[in-house]
Amino acid sequence: MARKEYSFYPGCSSERRASASNYMVSVESMCKKLDIKLNEIPDWNCCGASIGYAQGGELPRHVMNARNLAISEQVNKGQDVVATCAACWLGAKETKDRLAHDSGLLAEANEALREAGMNLTYKGEQEVRHMVEVLIEDLGYDELKKPVVRPLEGMKIAGYVGCQTNRPFGIAGESFENPKYLDHLVEIVGAEPVTGYDQKVTCCGGALAFSEPEKSQAQIKKIVESAYDYGAEMIVTPCPVCQMNVEIYQGQINKRYGTKFNMPVTYYSQLMTVAYGGSAKEAGLNGQIVRASRLEEIAAKNR
Amino acid sequence: MGDQNTSMVQKYRNDFLKEVEANVEEGAWVKMCMQCGVCAGSCPLGPAWEHPPQEIFMMIRAGRREEVLKSESMWMCTSCYNCIVRCPRELPITHIMHGLANYAHRLGLAPKMNPTRRFAKIFWDNIAKSGRVNELELSVRLYFMDGFKAGVLKGLAMKDIGIGMMKTGRLNPFGLFAHKGCKDIKGIHKMLKKAYEIEDRKKGFVA
Amino acid sequence: MADMKVGAYLCQGCGLAERLDIKALAAVAQKEGKAQVVREHEFLCNGQGVAMIQKDIAEEGVNRVVIGACSRRAKVEAFHFPAAAITRVNLREQVIWSQPDTDEARELTQEMAADYIRMGCAEAKKTAVPVPNPAAGHNKRILVVGGGVTGMTAALEAARGGYDVLLVEKEAALGGFAAKLFRRVPFAEPYAEPQDNGVASLAAAIKATPRIKVFLGATTTRTSGAPGNFSVDITTESGPTVTEAVGAIVMATGFRPYDARRLPEFGFGASPLVVDQAGLEALARAAGEKGQAITRPDGKAVKSVAFVQCAGQRDASGTHLAYCSGHCCNTSIKQAMYFKDQNPDIDTAIIYTDLRTPGNGEDFYRSAQRKGVIFTKGQVAKVESAGDGLTVHFHDLILNDEAATISNVDLVVLATGQVPNSGVNIEAKPAEGADANVPSVSVLNLTYRQGPDVPQLKYGFTDSHFICFPYETRRTGIYTAGPVRRPMDMVQAIEDATGAALKAIQSVESASHGRAVHPRAGDLSYPSFRREGCTQCKRCTVECPFGAIDEDEQRYPLFNEGRCRRCGTCMGACPVRVISFENYSVDTVGAQIKAVDIPDEFSEKPRILLLACENDAYPALDMAGMNRRVSSAFVRTIPVRCLGSVNMIWITDALNSGYDGVMLMGCKHGDDYQCHFVKGSELANYRMSKIDDTLKNLNLEVDRVRIMEVAIADIERVPTLIDEYAAKIREIGMSPFKGF
Repeated sequence: MARKEYSFYPGCSSERRASASNYMVSVESMCKKLDIKLNEIPDWNCCGASIGYAQGGELPRHVMNARNLAISEQVNKGQDVVATCAACWLGAKETKDRLAHDSGLLAEANEALREAGMNLTYKGEQEVRHMVEVLIEDLGYDELKKPVVRPLEGMKIAGYVGCQTNRPFGIAGESFENPKYLDHLVEIVGAEPVTGYDQKVTCCGGALAFSEPEKSQAQIKKIVESAYDYGAEMIVTPCPVCQMNVEIYQGQINKRYGTKFNMPVTYYSQLMTVAYGGSAKEAGLNGQIVRASRLEEIAAKNR
Repeated sequence: MGDQNTSMVQKYRNDFLKEVEANVEEGAWVKMCMQCGVCAGSCPLGPAWEHPPQEIFMMIRAGRREEVLKSESMWMCTSCYNCIVRCPRELPITHIMHGLANYAHRLGLAPKMNPTRRFAKIFWDNIAKSGRVNELELSVRLYFMDGFKAGVLKGLAMKDIGIGMMKTGRLNPFGLFAHKGCKDIKGIHKMLKKAYEIEDRKKGFVA
Repeated sequence: MADMKVGAYLCQGCGLAERLDIKALAAVAQKEGKAQVVREHEFLCNGQGVAMIQKDIAEEGVNRVVIGACSRRAKVEAFHFPAAAITRVNLREQVIWSQPDTDEARELTQEMAADYIRMGCAEAKKTAVPVPNPAAGHNKRILVVGGGVTGMTAALEAARGGYDVLLVEKEAALGGFAAKLFRRVPFAEPYAEPQDNGVASLAAAIKATPRIKVFLGATTTRTSGAPGNFSVDITTESGPTVTEAVGAIVMATGFRPYDARRLPEFGFGASPLVVDQAGLEALARAAGEKGQAITRPDGKAVKSVAFVQCAGQRDASGTHLAYCSGHCCNTSIKQAMYFKDQNPDIDTAIIYTDLRTPGNGEDFYRSAQRKGVIFTKGQVAKVESAGDGLTVHFHDLILNDEAATISNVDLVVLATGQVPNSGVNIEAKPAEGADANVPSVSVLNLTYRQGPDVPQLKYGFTDSHFICFPYETRRTGIYTAGPVRRPMDMVQAIEDATGAALKAIQSVESASHGRAVHPRAGDLSYPSFRREGCTQCKRCTVECPFGAIDEDEQRYPLFNEGRCRRCGTCMGACPVRVISFENYSVDTVGAQIKAVDIPDEFSEKPRILLLACENDAYPALDMAGMNRRVSSAFVRTIPVRCLGSVNMIWITDALNSGYDGVMLMGCKHGDDYQCHFVKGSELANYRMSKIDDTLKNLNLEVDRVRIMEVAIADIERVPTLIDEYAAKIREIGMSPFKGF
């Protein structure tokens, strides 16, 4: 039996050939090293993400999340729900929160839920947690450090926490304005965190990167620029939207602003996989548009 | 949709605050704003808002219904939740902004051409169709929302990114045909239909 | 004084012996200071050291004790010898701790210490042992003027402390302004709902307290005497005047609302639908008594109410009240709740520029928001009748809409401010006296030479040291509490009342022992004057900040020791120098000035005299020493009770005897003064403004004398000021008066 077992909500972006498939690959490798078993919620659906509200409204949005949670309660009994995506975690946790405090809304959600298959009722039995929460709280920094066989020595990494892993729920014990857990994780894998990084919790524009590209890219520019200013060679993040926005628009930003950004943006799970001795492929580094060359070099080294 | 609006105007007369409290997600919080402006100062797109949340709340209290519901402002929300965590009165500002946008959209008053409104609709339709996001279909529909020519141009501008995503295995070139979605998609459709029914009934939308 | 015997005691502890040649200092005390007994001790403040001094007092007849050790602010209990006059020589904080511990600095440090020993011995010889005031009053009864919430609370607190109380109320019933309220703002968790006004229970508690004697429909028509010994005429409307003896007085005469008729732009007077907050309370009470809903004055139902905050308040134009009255936001919140609780569908809008909800008002504010009271940030320009109701025109400050309106309003409530019932402004210049805001009817009718009421500071509120001694007025033994002192709400007034009652108790207790009250609490010395030298110039009677000095039938000053705070302002004022205290006089300081050894013109050792106020400047100097902050070794510091006590002769004497510069350090003066004696610092500044002429007559540079304002927290700044001044003196050169 695995050390820890969770009911896993991977979310749309983690699907094969989706925008965060590299995240998924590295999470799987990391969890294998840490002896964590992830039991995928069968037939999970989209959380509605941060942009679903406009057409989805209130109840339909909560019902979508309630369905996932209800399936989890039915199938993965007694396990906490874990999400890797910030938006999935936020959406699911928000629904849990709202339904826990609004019995009317809960009854309505269950009324709608009965229309779906699988004979579902949402009871609110399981916690909804983010993967980093699980790592920090259930395993702890000391345990996370133990499997490190290939410290990322000499690397200077900016921990970009972004919004939705940080607000409104955040990680217990961390401040909204200056959360430190990502810096700790960077330290644990043997790299040097950029402690003064002042755009740590700046919004990348989220879904508005599609609809308001100019405004979003102005945000992204600040995020990348500050990482350069503080001497970082890489940005690490826990959020798929942050990762995608901050990585893939660098080319367009370079055109718009005449900058020369070429900053790799990786997930914490990729750093950990490499530090734990995983290959570049196991860490999903082939999924980077801006190649994380230094990390690939380390991954190529013998342990 | 115009009917929805007329019926709401008739129902609430001049009391827009009451209307918001009844029909907008977390709308009951609007009256608790103390006008400090921390939300406005905390918003990443703050300068892009014609009326920051603080003003929106004041306008609701002042009964400026049309102005609020037709505003582009709420559509500038990136869902970063900075206003929520900083509000000294603990108003769920992000949710209220989402709620107002949704309400304006439902009443047909939201600005027709607002890109975020259109994107949001495409996005929801996309997930409601199969239960999960089909990123390629989403992008394609997004690019062509202003017509074929504009779409091609935008697509070309984004070509490098798209190719990069495909090359790195992060975009499925066959997504338009091969995306699977949820198995119980029929159940999900029924579930969502029911949820809309309940919500409309509760908020007094005409059928 | 034939039997004067000076004992000088030098401590070797706290590093003094390491830094100073104590033997040499002992020799100075003996030879130059002429001390008959000189002793050194390794640890003077311990039991053994103290016993040594006590033994000398008892057996050797030592009655002037000079302690060469730490600051006069340290070890006060150890060096307490009631049978002797004590002089403290501050060798620790202001010598070894404020000079560098280096070989080069040793000589100057030793010179400094020797001067201070000379000064201490010289002072000792000019002092006498203070004896308690023979005219001490022993009456401990407390008079409370005003039977509102403040007065009733003060009366109850004093009675609970075991003191008899007379409570005088001008109305026919107790309760004051609070009795006019329908409900009051809540005092306790969860601060959500208006509460009963609380007057009935307070009045019942008064009735149930035999120690409290109540006079209704009564006023104080004559008040004379001093703490512990006041005589008060209480005149009852329908009855005789009785004369009562009391020991202290609490004045709790409250406020009245600012006259809303001065606000025609808001429609007051023009429309019966416009009321002030008091007017709304009257409507609410009338309705409440009948168990009915509040209606418009014409009996029609109320559907919409607007509250105009800061009506005639926080006015920068000078037309209306300049200040915020503090309670009105919470009061409007409460009044809006009257309507919301009556019917949640009544629209209530509070139009404010800054909502100020002191205390736990924030919770109350939130509660009102939950009830649906609308808060609009705006500035009301005009209220006018329109149709059957009113239209409120305002500038919406959030939406920046200058033409915002609320129409069909049934009632407009004006939040006017508090005007204190503080009696006659005895310091008003004739032009100001005509101001309708300041009443001309006296409250206390004091027989004091300076006038019939307690002095006011600003806007008619009574004067008190707002930081350190908020309840103290400038009339010792008379304490003001509640909105007569500053604008406030009921919770604050209750706290105020409690504080003032305790101060009154302190006052009667101190008076009965012939001791001073703050800030020289416990001081037994009091001023006396040499009648034959007095020219009857009246400066002392006019300038005493506390109105302590009257005139006798022959027009000589009549000191009321009980009223005296021992600041010495009279001593500083006296042109013929006839006023003195046993242990503080023109001579005690003058002798110290003269005792300093003045090196000659070519020594490059200037001497700077620093007269430092003992309340702030002197402790700041001590603390600078504690921080080992070094400052000029050429300065000789003499603590003074207040800059107000500085007599100009000290300055001219110092300059004549060859000092190169004189610094005076005192507290801030002006409207936001920090002078512990209220007026002392101000008077000193006034007197010093004329020093330039004196300097010119002496053919000296004006920079030779400088007056500075310092605060107790200026621990870094005070040594800096000293060093800057020492540099200035070096720049202008040595005084030409040395050796004359």
